Amino acid sequence: MNHLPQAWGRPRDDVYGPYDASYLQSGHPQTHTKSPIVTGTSVLAVKFQDGVVIAADNLASYGSLARFTDVKRLRPFNSKCIVGFGGDVSDMQYLDRLLNSLDVVENYSSEGHSLNAKNLHTYLSKVMYKRRSEINPLWNQMLVAGLDGDDKPFLSSIDLLGTTFSSPTLATGFGAHLAQPLLRKVADDESKVAGVTKERAIEAVKECMKVLFYRDARSLDRYSIAIITKEGGVELKEDEQLEGQSWAFAETIRGYGRTQEV
Amino acid sequence: MPGFDFSNYNRNAALHAQGVPLPKATSTGTTIVGCIFDGGVVIAADTRATSGPIVADKNCEKLHYIAPRIWCAGAGTAADTEFTTAIISSNLELHALSTGRTPRVVTCMTMLKQHLFRYQGHIGAYLVVAGVDPTGVGLYTVHAHGSTDKLPYVTMGSGSLAAMSVFETQWKQGMTREEAVKLTSDAIQAGIFNDLGSGSNVDVCVITAEKAQLMRNYIKPNEREVKQRDYKFKRGTTAWLKEKVITREEISKYVTVHELSSEDDVVVVEKMDIDV
Amino acid sequence: MDSLLGSNPTLASNPAYSFSKAPYNSAADNKEHAFYPYTDNGGSTLGITGEDFCIIAGDTRSTSGYSINTRYSPKVFRIGGDDETGEGAHIILSVVGFAADGTALKERLNAIVKMYKYQHGKKISVKACAQRLATILYGKRFFPYYVTAILGGLDEDGKGALYSYDPVGSYEREQCRAAGAAASLIMPFLDNQVNYKNQYLPGTGEGHDLEPRQALPLPRHDVEQLVRDAFTSATERHIEVGDGLQMLVMTKNGIEELYHPLKRD
Repeated sequence: MNHLPQAWGRPRDDVYGPYDASYLQSGHPQTHTKSPIVTGTSVLAVKFQDGVVIAADNLASYGSLARFTDVKRLRPFNSKCIVGFGGDVSDMQYLDRLLNSLDVVENYSSEGHSLNAKNLHTYLSKVMYKRRSEINPLWNQMLVAGLDGDDKPFLSSIDLLGTTFSSPTLATGFGAHLAQPLLRKVADDESKVAGVTKERAIEAVKECMKVLFYRDARSLDRYSIAIITKEGGVELKEDEQLEGQSWAFAETIRGYGRTQEV
Repeated sequence: MPGFDFSNYNRNAALHAQGVPLPKATSTGTTIVGCIFDGGVVIAADTRATSGPIVADKNCEKLHYIAPRIWCAGAGTAADTEFTTAIISSNLELHALSTGRTPRVVTCMTMLKQHLFRYQGHIGAYLVVAGVDPTGVGLYTVHAHGSTDKLPYVTMGSGSLAAMSVFETQWKQGMTREEAVKLTSDAIQAGIFNDLGSGSNVDVCVITAEKAQLMRNYIKPNEREVKQRDYKFKRGTTAWLKEKVITREEISKYVTVHELSSEDDVVVVEKMDIDV
Repeated sequence: MDSLLGSNPTLASNPAYSFSKAPYNSAADNKEHAFYPYTDNGGSTLGITGEDFCIIAGDTRSTSGYSINTRYSPKVFRIGGDDETGEGAHIILSVVGFAADGTALKERLNAIVKMYKYQHGKKISVKACAQRLATILYGKRFFPYYVTAILGGLDEDGKGALYSYDPVGSYEREQCRAAGAAASLIMPFLDNQVNYKNQYLPGTGEGHDLEPRQALPLPRHDVEQLVRDAFTSATERHIEVGDGLQMLVMTKNGIEELYHPLKRD
């Protein structure tokens, strides 16, 4: 034994030669998701005084190819909550089917009760944590938007590792870097949520979708947006077009260095 | 033999394979931005320098002087940004002297990119170059590998996305000086509060045809609150085993000793916050 | 060293090795980046006991890389409460490291402590709970909970009790302990200010005869001040610490929760 713990308990390389790791491989085909294939980019959401706004664009990318341009990444659950999916689209479709079957079972078994957004978030976080613990993750980051047991606005996040967190504003993927700084100007604290109107929240989310379209190379200008309130339930619009884009500055740009370059 | 010499690369690869880690450099995981306005250009930076997750300097200066009306904001490896801007500043001064003209921003940018390209990205300097010269206003970014961009508003560093989101929502053509200063400092603050690599204060530098004005610590949104307790120790708390007093007469044998007559003789470069 | 690095035959066993013939990065070296089931969510925690109380504190920032996930994600929890508010709890637990494992660990311990009460008709002692937590952690010895836990409460004599753990269940009762990202910044401060390490009584002797300052249990007010100063200082110098300070104070009257804002940069 030497002073390096990394070498303890192993056959010494200088005595036995380096270990041939190829013996570790089994003959079975690999069935686990090792990396995402067809992917969706950011999901954004903001809580306001009596609900939540959530949005995601309609693009599914295959690497750098804009493969599918009409994919709905906001999925409603029991007409009371919305789950916004980022990451692998096939894993999203699996989860959507799982949630639909859960909804069916719930409708048969429970009298008068239905799962709220908080319950749904807990359920999803257990699914995701179990799958990561089996080293067979579902390659997604999700935002769950809706109302909790007291009909207060609820917004929380889950990722492929089972990590959960919640905040007045949330954004996944590229949105965490580009949109979250803007959304935090609207409500950077739980105490500020009561002062945010529905109109302000929608405006902020739409503005962020525009910034993401400018700067995220895996994004699209067609998007879905949902507003969840106690009074209005879930209002989901799945084929919106980004408005008020500004590309006028582009005409003023000449080259990248010396001005005579055109 | 002509061409590049890669023997040091091979040496480093061999050392690395033997488990020798690369030396850890202080990096300015940073937010830096620049924006042009009617009659000039403004650049701004945060003041946090980090070494891994540790804050190495809470109030460092990332805006570097290049020429009287050319300034540069630096992100990346702190030493690389400092030495690169210093050497280009020096060469640009010589260039100005030999040509008898005021240096141009394009010249500075071209010297920087040629210098950095030669080192194939191993000099980790990511820069925003800004200035005013006889041809007008200039604003560029220079990446460590030598590529450049010329845009009306630019951001760089780990907080570049946070800062860019502010520009993308609020920038407009033909801003006034005041509007540009507000916009750039807002962009820096977006970096300070949303990017862990950026923090502390906002430095701003406004350059017009007349002059360059450095506004060090233009905004200080992160002043530390007063501590709850007093951590002064009683004299004699620290143990010691041996005491030796060196008199002025003794030390005079080795160095020249000057008596400081008054407070005026003491030069304070920059004050640091410490407990009194 | 050789036995470890011997796996590189070019470097270790070939005396004719030449730098100019150093191996290139060939395509065979390109390995697929496999799924890694852990992440670090940053933050720091800290526990200090006194004569008749126990304080566990943690910052409320959750991070991933250079981003802030949220500014409010508590790391200190009540264990054994009657409902999800934690009312009626008699044990406090802090977890820092990988947040998903932290949550799983907290929920498991909470369930076990409640089951103990239902099965035995009495509350579990802090001592027994501490031992149980160690077995839970060691139970996942080869797929560990990537967390540093600190458990606190009042012992059978009503004295403040604090237990600190490593990720695989090695544990110890202590007076004070810092854990997480800024542990290496806070712990030396605690050694000096709680256990008076490197402090001597002035004028009690010369050289080795100088008497060390004796550590005594600190009053609650002083401990709260030390905790706040520890966290404001860690916030200054560690990028993953900040946003808010959550403190749970356990006394014979129950658990009190305190919150102080920290810098958000």
